[in-house]
Amino acid sequence: MSAALPPLHSLDPIGPGHRVTLGETLPLKLDCGLDLGPYQIAYTTYGKLNADRSNAVLVCHALTGDQHVANVNPITGKPGWWTTMIGPGKVIDTDRFFVICSNVLGGCLGSSGPKDSDPSTGKPYGLRFPVITIRDMVNAQAMLLDHLGIQQLFCAIGGSMGGMQVLQWAASYPERVFAAIPIACAAKHSAQNIAFHEVGRQAIYADPQWHKGDYFEHNTIPRAGLAVARMAAHITYLSEAALHRKFGRNLQNRERITYGFETEFQVESYLLHQGSSFVERFDANSYLYITRAMDYFDLAGQAGGVLANVFQGTKTRFCVVSFTSDWLFPTTENKEIVRALNAAAANVSFVEIETDKGHDAFLLDEPVMFATLQGFIDGCAEQRGLNGRSEKGGRA
Amino acid sequence: MNQTRALVTTTHRDIRRDLLLIAEMVTPGSRLLDVGCGDGSLLEYLASEKQVDGRGIEIRQSGVNACVARGLSVIQGDADSDLPDYPDAAFDYVVLSLTLQATRNPRKVLHEMLRIGQRAIVSFPNFAYWRVRLQLLLDGRMPMTAALDDPWYETQNIHLCTIKDFDQLCARDGIVVEQRIAVDGQGKRLGGAPANWFGAQAVYLLHRR
Repeated sequence: MSAALPPLHSLDPIGPGHRVTLGETLPLKLDCGLDLGPYQIAYTTYGKLNADRSNAVLVCHALTGDQHVANVNPITGKPGWWTTMIGPGKVIDTDRFFVICSNVLGGCLGSSGPKDSDPSTGKPYGLRFPVITIRDMVNAQAMLLDHLGIQQLFCAIGGSMGGMQVLQWAASYPERVFAAIPIACAAKHSAQNIAFHEVGRQAIYADPQWHKGDYFEHNTIPRAGLAVARMAAHITYLSEAALHRKFGRNLQNRERITYGFETEFQVESYLLHQGSSFVERFDANSYLYITRAMDYFDLAGQAGGVLANVFQGTKTRFCVVSFTSDWLFPTTENKEIVRALNAAAANVSFVEIETDKGHDAFLLDEPVMFATLQGFIDGCAEQRGLNGRSEKGGRA
Repeated sequence: MNQTRALVTTTHRDIRRDLLLIAEMVTPGSRLLDVGCGDGSLLEYLASEKQVDGRGIEIRQSGVNACVARGLSVIQGDADSDLPDYPDAAFDYVVLSLTLQATRNPRKVLHEMLRIGQRAIVSFPNFAYWRVRLQLLLDGRMPMTAALDDPWYETQNIHLCTIKDFDQLCARDGIVVEQRIAVDGQGKRLGGAPANWFGAQAVYLLHRR
């Protein structure tokens, strides 16, 4: 089924939504020391901005996510990645909130990244694109909000790398974030997670089709390397319990094992599918840049090594969420954020959701997560003086 | 998708008796941390009745979820391990209701409470209550009362004490008892010496000397 999809670079990456050119007069100062500008940010919005512009919700996507959070994805044809959470009458109610989701800087779905043309050469940047960080992504989003005329977000929310962006938002622009919901994330990327990312990057480097990042010029794509990177990463998003429940040791299209190296087990077939469908929608160089951005993330490192200093004096209300079976961003790392927020006397809620679905649980139907986030968002909306929830869906 | 919000209509008459006594001690508009806040009844009551800016710590996931879904600021955590994370004098009051006897290190918890709060409010079941004494004396078995309602092999309570014990600990550790309310099994208030005999529970308002 993945073979039927056209290759990434031949598609209009924007689909429904918008793209804006930013940093024309004032370039973005990147953490690596370079200036970037002008640059482009692609984004989608849902719902209406209210008169006093107080109902904006910024949704931050994870490593391989994109701006198509609640509409049909123009590349895959599948529903947006967080339609469980966002829509009319849902936890993030698009009848009530103005929802913004942008493709991160360095991404490959319309925002400036290594796939774009370098104006100085006319060829794709490849590895000549400047190395970016989570803070750079957030600074670019802040410029997008300036462009949209939004001074303060009602809420910034995201899981995994999206959660890192939420934390960075609260750290860099505390007065611009009324409420922050970092889910299944950490204030720094752990050594284990950097190690997994390095495995993925090495798989891409090792692919002869990669050509040191200049694969478009050679009319190739490092599919095999990127697929392996995705397969390895995908395992970390699940849990043994979830994999076992889904596949166990069941065989794929056969009655007994055949003592060979063709796909024997269902779990192998599943991973191969994950890998091959991913290369149709994602750019290998973007994968390198974004994994690197996550690896560099260390919020305490930005404040002399003390995480609590990052949040000193913050008025933002936080709700931190973790999952019991998440071994990529385990509860201990989420609680480190909570501990720092307590030490800064911040207003914080924290829930550990009991589930066996692993890191990916934040994308799935988790009724307990929905109920707690609904309570948190409603409480914050009341504090912010936003009108009551719509009566859609028969819920009070 | 039809996620149901935990809609909790607070009927204040349902609130536990010791929590009402605690609420009496709290100045309106203050900042308060409720350690072991359960489903958030006290926090919600104080927010609506006394405009208290409250936070909570609760060890059970179901309790935390219920609180956050009610719009309260509550974290999942443990009185024994999570209090050191809070800065000095961050709150006007730190409350520990019917939980002190279940902590691993009650004395340390008490001092942490008085470090992060201007005042501490503590309630506990009195082990010198006459029914408790009588059960042990006559029956020779571990007592069970309304305030101590689990059999010995299932109880969370590992550091039980009496009103007299607690008074002595306060005196020894330089903790000032600003107010003490003991109540009998029917909720009747008791003062003076009879408190240790007839008090089923006691609520203390404390501050550091």
